[in-house]
Amino acid sequence: MLYINCPHCGMRSQNEFSYGGDASVKRPELNKEVSDQEWDNFVYNRKSLRGKHLELWQHISGCRQWIKVERDTATHEIFRTFKSDEEVA
Amino acid sequence: MQKYSIFNLVKNAFSNHENWDLAWKDPTPKEEYDVVIIGGGGHGLATAYYLAKEHNITNVAIIEKGWIGGGNVGRNTTIIRSNYMHDENGLFSEFGMDLWRKMSQDLNYNVMFSPRGIINLAHSDAQMNAYARRGNSMRLNGIDAVLLNREQVKEIIPMADFSENVRFPIFGGLMQPSAGTARHDAVAWGYARQADSMGVDIIQNCEVIGFDVAAGKIKGIRTSRGNIKAKKVGICVAGSTNILAEKLNMTLPIETHLLQACVSEPVKPVLDNVVTFGAGHFYVSQSDKGEMVMGGDLDGYNSYAQRGNLPTLQHVLTEGIAMMPFLSKLKMLRTWGGIMDMSMDGSPIIDKTHIDGLYLNCGWCYGGFKATPASGWTFAHTIAQDRVHELNAGYSLNRFNTGHLIDEKGLGTKTWIS
Repeated sequence: MLYINCPHCGMRSQNEFSYGGDASVKRPELNKEVSDQEWDNFVYNRKSLRGKHLELWQHISGCRQWIKVERDTATHEIFRTFKSDEEVA
Repeated sequence: MQKYSIFNLVKNAFSNHENWDLAWKDPTPKEEYDVVIIGGGGHGLATAYYLAKEHNITNVAIIEKGWIGGGNVGRNTTIIRSNYMHDENGLFSEFGMDLWRKMSQDLNYNVMFSPRGIINLAHSDAQMNAYARRGNSMRLNGIDAVLLNREQVKEIIPMADFSENVRFPIFGGLMQPSAGTARHDAVAWGYARQADSMGVDIIQNCEVIGFDVAAGKIKGIRTSRGNIKAKKVGICVAGSTNILAEKLNMTLPIETHLLQACVSEPVKPVLDNVVTFGAGHFYVSQSDKGEMVMGGDLDGYNSYAQRGNLPTLQHVLTEGIAMMPFLSKLKMLRTWGGIMDMSMDGSPIIDKTHIDGLYLNCGWCYGGFKATPASGWTFAHTIAQDRVHELNAGYSLNRFNTGHLIDEKGLGTKTWIS
């Protein structure tokens, strides 16, 4: 069982969350020409590496907020959690 | 190579089975190979075998970080099927079904292929319609499919829950009678033994740490056991694809996810077929030893841990018990997890890359085992001829760029969603 520290609600079990994928992916800027390659990188291409991974989770059975979680994909250790609009250094 | 036969078995009995040849050697890497295959799993071993057998290319090395057959080919639920709707998947898998039927004779190794049939259960009228459509598509591609009504399903699997006041009553099902199971580890050993006998070097405990690329052409690989020159390199590493892609500065439409499976204690024969639950993701078959072999959803988040987490297992088995209530009385014997190369449309990639002489085989999601022979056969063709075969032409890397996705399940890019 993973325990995720929701920045709004505190420590909760993974059963209350649903996963949203890589949080480092950025949608291409609006109001400018977007190349096929940029769309590809946004929609399909992922690094998905072994080790630290910043990802989105939604506290679907709690506050329903989207949050960012910094987690190790090999050990499943969770290091830090952030509100969705927080910048991650 | 010593042939495995009843006569050799008897002959060797007289010497207490101490004089059998080794099934494969443990060579030191040579300085240069015509083809290097990275990954000694089912697909890598099959690729090397078909390179030697179909294309007469025998100066081949298989480079494996751990030991051969130690990854997903040794930890899956052994289901073999070709019940796909899309042409690319159907024709590719059905080509594989032919190779499965001949495999034990071809490899002189008993892979215990057991075409016991697979039944996908339907739980609504709409699902019956969808299965009728899929079954018709299959039959148009020459794949056997039978649409079963509720009574016909009940005759085949009377132990399932046929009561009417349940959340997901059984309306019927789609059956592929020629689908089945095989002994997964035997597939790895069979391919390894034949490849080795034709001159392929199987190099274990050898980790790839980098690639030598010059002027857009592959020159060789760097490994924990020294540099190896190669004219061509094939990557066949399933869940570790992204780790190697990073060393090549490639970003792929692949995410690595965790899938669990489990077996119960052995019981007397109760289930003849492979059965899948249609209102969720759960499948079950019974092994020759009597264990119920079960699996279902991914854990649902990026992971390289080859071990699972209980909430997903509980969720999957809840579906299993809804489908076949007697499963709740069984004790769990073993659970395990493996890492899956989840592609963004749920279909694999077998293709050339932008680097000359570098080939990619990945994106098998949780359906890699059944594809082992067809994947090896087409990947060997792609490497040997430096062009894709018509069977894997649809499994191109640039389909994500051109929009020619093969989205069998209609899940979009988040194929890990359960």
